[in-house]
Amino acid sequence: MAGDALTAAPPMRWFANPIARVRIAIVALALIAWEALAASGLVVHDVVPSLGKIASALWRLLSTAPLYANLGTTLYEIGVSLVIGGVAGVAVGLVLGGNRFLGRAFEPYLHYLGPTPKIIFFPIMIMWFGVGGGSKIAMGALSCFFPVALSTAVGMRQIEPVLVRVGQSFRASTAQMVAKIYLPAMRPAMLTGLRLGMGVAIIGVLLAETRLSNRGLGYLVIQRYTNFDMPGMYALLIVVFLLAILANTLLSRFGGASSATTV
Amino acid sequence: MTERESALSRVAPVAVGLVTIVVIFAIVEALIRIGWINRFIVPLPSAVLAAFGRVIAEENVLWRTAFTGAEALAAGILVAIFGGAIGVLLTRRRVLRLATETWVAALAAAPIVMIYPLLLVTFGRNAVTIVMIGFVAGLPPVILKTVEGLSGTRRVLIDVGRSFKLSATQEFWKIRFPAALPTIFVGLRLGIMFALINIVGVEFLINFGGLGQLVNDLAERYDLPATYAAIFFVVLVSVAFFLVTERVERWLATR
Repeated sequence: MAGDALTAAPPMRWFANPIARVRIAIVALALIAWEALAASGLVVHDVVPSLGKIASALWRLLSTAPLYANLGTTLYEIGVSLVIGGVAGVAVGLVLGGNRFLGRAFEPYLHYLGPTPKIIFFPIMIMWFGVGGGSKIAMGALSCFFPVALSTAVGMRQIEPVLVRVGQSFRASTAQMVAKIYLPAMRPAMLTGLRLGMGVAIIGVLLAETRLSNRGLGYLVIQRYTNFDMPGMYALLIVVFLLAILANTLLSRFGGASSATTV
Repeated sequence: MTERESALSRVAPVAVGLVTIVVIFAIVEALIRIGWINRFIVPLPSAVLAAFGRVIAEENVLWRTAFTGAEALAAGILVAIFGGAIGVLLTRRRVLRLATETWVAALAAAPIVMIYPLLLVTFGRNAVTIVMIGFVAGLPPVILKTVEGLSGTRRVLIDVGRSFKLSATQEFWKIRFPAALPTIFVGLRLGIMFALINIVGVEFLINFGGLGQLVNDLAERYDLPATYAAIFFVVLVSVAFFLVTERVERWLATR
């Protein structure tokens, strides 16, 4: 169509795009302000290190092995916690969403326990699963469980009754109903739950690693703190944030999910 | 359905939920007493219940709750002021909104709390660090919901304002802001909730302040029943907070 051709034809150069210009201006202003603050000596030595120092710390970090070994540990812990918390969450969500009575009996507890600070359970997790990776995985799984369970339950209740009736009229078994009707119909809700769950699992694992641990990205951050290596800490935080945002973006693309603040 | 039946159908699930929890605690108690669960890892539920009184009487729980509450309040006020102001700015300047809204959303999903060692260096091991963590954690939802609320005002309301020839300021205070208030409150509630979660978490991690430190303290003393009791207490406080703000939100939405 003519209209489409008009809007699609000349790809706008990035510098002609006002949004891109504003973004570049904001980033540039922030970097200049940062550098000025670093050079001014107003803040205590190295609390705001110069951009050059951060860049070289970032380069050192990315070019040495310890980052990748610890990243591997953290990714492994997050992955296992997602599997445990996710599977448990989906199972509980299916039961509570599928049965009105059980939903009314137990869902309020999930609803209200969901937004409590999970990290305070860490002492219990250490006693149950030890100071190694187990307690970190448990923290991640515990954090991940609640959003996944709640989203699954909500998603289950939102399935169109006609889909369920189609399944029933084909005399589908329970397993077939779950695989062919419930899970496909609930995909968006479950992916939202999984994305929220992944966000809190990342936080749970990383925070747990900053306490009583000798491996993982969280441990690296707290090690930089102990050694007062501020440029190193900034470099690490940049890596952690970029990875977390990347994971979230990938999952959102995959599920076509909406805003990040859906709780 | 008769009135009695409908009351029964409301009460029965709640009763079943409560009874199940009591039964689970009873089973755990029994398993510990017969030695199937190690009592040095999981304390007796009855001992935890008994420790509640001790924790409340000896550990300054009320003072600690007030301290954490004050930190959350301070963070909440900061979040409301800055989140609201940034939200208004982004609504007024469309290009700014288009440029930064995805950044704010990305920030909302990022593990912001991981900057706590950074704040520890900047502000020291004190309440300022904790309030600042609450502030940065609570900021994104308030900004996003303020923008959503202010830019979603129904056209007819704005037209009414136009027909009364309201100035831009009047239009904002008389029309846009009141219409956006329920949505803004949703953001504020999320923001303060995130702030509270992070505040208690960081209190625990840096061993300073109110309820979070209490848990850490008791765990380090290896006082198991009291640790469990303190964790239950923190959970109760956050649930109470959640319940109250949920009620306020519903009240605002139906007004």
